[in-house]
Amino acid sequence: MEDILNKYTTTELDNVKVWFKAALVSDFPVDGGACVKYKDKQIAVFNFNRTQTWYACQNLCPHKLEMVLSRGMIGDQGGIPKVACPMHKKTFSLKTGENLNGNLEAIATYPVKIENNIVYIGFSE
Amino acid sequence: MKTIIVIGNGMVGYKFCEKFIAKNNQSDFKIIVFGEEPRPAYDRVHLSEFFENQDAKALEMAPKSWYEDNGIELITHTRITDIHRTQKTITSVDEKVYSYDYLVLATGSSAFVPPIKGVEKKGVFVYRTIEDLEGMLAYASQLKKKNPNARAAVLGGGLLGLEAGKAVMDMGLEPHIVEFAPKLMPRQLDSRSSQVLQLKLESIGLNIHLSKATNQILGNDGYITGMEFGEDDVLNVEMLIISAGIRPRDELGRTCDLEMGVRGGIVVNNKMQTSDPNIYAIGEVALYNHMIYGLVAPGYDMADVAANQILGQTESLMSDEIDMSTKLKLIGVDVASFGEPFMPASKGHSIIFENKTQHLYKRINVSLDGKSLLGGILVGDATDYNMLHQIYLNGMAIPEDPAQLILPASEGGASFGDVTDLPDEAQVCSCESVTKGQICSTIENGEATDVTGVISCTKAGTGCGGCKPMVTDLTNATLKALGIEVKEGVCEHFDLSRQDLYKIIQVKGYTTFNEVIDNHGNGGHGCELCKPLVASLMASINADTANKEYAIQDSNDRFLANIQRNGTYSVVPRVPGGEITPDKLIALGKIAKKYDLYTKVTGGVRIDLFGATLQQLPLIWKELISHGFESGHAYGKSLRTVKTCVGSTWCRYGMDESVSFGIELENRYRGIRAPHKIKGGVSGCIRECAEARGKDFGLIAVEGGWNLYLGGNGGATPRHAELFAEQIDNETVIKYLDRYLMFYMRTAKPLQRTAAWQERLEGGLDYLKDVIIEDKLGIVDDLENEMQTLVNKFECEWTQAVNDPEMMKRFNHFVNSEEEDDNLVFVPMRDQKMPEPWK
Repeated sequence: MEDILNKYTTTELDNVKVWFKAALVSDFPVDGGACVKYKDKQIAVFNFNRTQTWYACQNLCPHKLEMVLSRGMIGDQGGIPKVACPMHKKTFSLKTGENLNGNLEAIATYPVKIENNIVYIGFSE
Repeated sequence: MKTIIVIGNGMVGYKFCEKFIAKNNQSDFKIIVFGEEPRPAYDRVHLSEFFENQDAKALEMAPKSWYEDNGIELITHTRITDIHRTQKTITSVDEKVYSYDYLVLATGSSAFVPPIKGVEKKGVFVYRTIEDLEGMLAYASQLKKKNPNARAAVLGGGLLGLEAGKAVMDMGLEPHIVEFAPKLMPRQLDSRSSQVLQLKLESIGLNIHLSKATNQILGNDGYITGMEFGEDDVLNVEMLIISAGIRPRDELGRTCDLEMGVRGGIVVNNKMQTSDPNIYAIGEVALYNHMIYGLVAPGYDMADVAANQILGQTESLMSDEIDMSTKLKLIGVDVASFGEPFMPASKGHSIIFENKTQHLYKRINVSLDGKSLLGGILVGDATDYNMLHQIYLNGMAIPEDPAQLILPASEGGASFGDVTDLPDEAQVCSCESVTKGQICSTIENGEATDVTGVISCTKAGTGCGGCKPMVTDLTNATLKALGIEVKEGVCEHFDLSRQDLYKIIQVKGYTTFNEVIDNHGNGGHGCELCKPLVASLMASINADTANKEYAIQDSNDRFLANIQRNGTYSVVPRVPGGEITPDKLIALGKIAKKYDLYTKVTGGVRIDLFGATLQQLPLIWKELISHGFESGHAYGKSLRTVKTCVGSTWCRYGMDESVSFGIELENRYRGIRAPHKIKGGVSGCIRECAEARGKDFGLIAVEGGWNLYLGGNGGATPRHAELFAEQIDNETVIKYLDRYLMFYMRTAKPLQRTAAWQERLEGGLDYLKDVIIEDKLGIVDDLENEMQTLVNKFECEWTQAVNDPEMMKRFNHFVNSEEEDDNLVFVPMRDQKMPEPWK
């Protein structure tokens, strides 16, 4: 069970080795998220259209280990961009991965870049 | 640097660490904590919740990382075997030696297992740790495979025993409680309240056996098969949970020759020091004033005193009198006792209110001069507990007729006791020892500006949570006294209430979330509270379906389906009034079979198909729609169903056509989005087979028309709907309902159901009649017109979605692949399937 969690580790911008071409900007909902498949990983990608910023994190909610975060609602708490899991409304910072309303393990986050209307996610492998 | 070793990582041992690191001058100390159990300290008080969700992490007092972050060394799964007082060292089970300057014994207690013959048999458990619970669950699931009607007994009808009884029910076994005394909860309740509790528990399916002394445990092949109380007096059970009291884990004190109590426990003084001044004992292992205190609150106080003493604050002492008041919810039944629950007649008078039909019992004990409250017992309804407890603790004056304290508030009469009357030293949160003064001053100094702030500053309400309503009242009263408007804002992004936002959106005609937050919000992106609210308001006003701006909809609305435990969805087509043709039933069956969906009839007389993946949702709905079905809005904060009995169409008692009228109402209000879900019911006669009085609106056919009931619900706080109008015709019913629902949609708080809204309306039902029947506010025409507009604009949102390729894009698990979620695992169950259980 832990194995599936261990698949996901935060990738810092400096450690990016692969920029994975995920999909077109227009494939993603405005002010919402969608899930990207990369190898055997599921990555949730969020489009904060109000500020033209993008975030990515594991799709796996560490609470019950279900692949659902991309379907969660996004927003902010005191300026910190966050996602609320659709299962039990656990919220996570999309900057640090930290669980904002509980003591769950932090989720892994990944860098995102947009070039020519294409969304890329950064991985270290 | 001095070293404190804490032996025991239970609730009290943890609390010692938490209190200690929060104090000044603690940086010269290092804390090492030993726990015998494999996991860090967890909330044993709420242990029975483990049966509901099997989530051990949710019970944790703090995660492992908390100890690290605070420089505390936590060593779990390690028992300490010896204390060498002269060397000031301890030895662990793996024979490592650690030196200490101060030692804190917080070893707690273990379950007492009475010496009954056969107690070693398999299937006999104690109820103490998560490991015990895991053992029970594994055993119970084996049992149920062999015998789905297996029985399990709990030995002990005290507080913990009844909790264990709940656990047995949750495990799906037939529950039996066996108690030696002639009543349940003998330590907390008198005979009459105990009987009321017993009646209530029996009514929900617990079998209770009193005055039973167990002679031996019967068995076969080493497994328990029953309990024998006397000759020919046998209870056949296949599992037994012993909950017959606790014994302090005092063996370390005994082996290192600390002063011990005659019947166990390590003797401590009011500094929590044992007979060795460098060794402290706290919690259930400590014998203070010749007593072991099995409650969390005194344990926490002991932890605080010990921490202060070690830091040299010698004036911090444990008080002589320890408050043993408790309030808890046992299997959904409120039980509370405070002060002296059983008082001899020589000391005062008792006032008793008892209603066996409603399983209610209230007793208060009043001094002979009638001036002070000495104690009491509440069963069935403990809403008065907080106030009574405060009056008792603070010796506050009581009304001339003390019966007012427990009698239902009479018409127009002000209820006695207001939080603001409490003295500053009144302890509001006894788990965390927080006084009224401390709560109010966090607001007065500006440290906190709302309830969340007060809770994080003071920790009030973070223990058992029982004082939360009082903390909220105090916070609001203090804010009001300071002239600060109590924020009714829906979240950090809006200072406006739902009602204000409703008016603004209606007047300004906004149609997007961005317009609303840009013009009336506090900046930012919004959040999971305000986005769905604004979506719901725009829908209530403009008759929008959830397909419009789907990213701001609640996540169920976004996918027009209810998300289930493994991230798949359920599909519920509308079956108005529960009437369905055989052809449609066959269609449902065929579709369910084709997509391999788990199928169940819902509580709202329709059929639920579970286990659809995101990709399957539109495919399934396309087929359903082609057979004449439409969305049932089972996912929405909107009308669910109007349940009907068969009525005069077939029933020989029916007074009117309940099915026809139910269908008409369901079709009228379908798709209308409200602050919360709405359910209706229509019964053809007073036998009430449709359970209409348990719904937001209910109709019962009587001679000469319909009786209309409003504001009922099931749920966590069941409430019967109130009789609003009698013997009215169909047309009047619709007129009143249009007005009622629209008025509710305009003025309720977010996620407030009609029952809670109606209860908090100033002026109550009479006011509602004034508004809806007498048109006191002059708004009924508007209400009716608004409702009629919504009715006219209805459109099935699933039909919309499956006919629009752009909308269909939403229903893919991946944005860059056609594959399905590979994390889904189903297991078989009773010829169907279910998601693999959560670990």
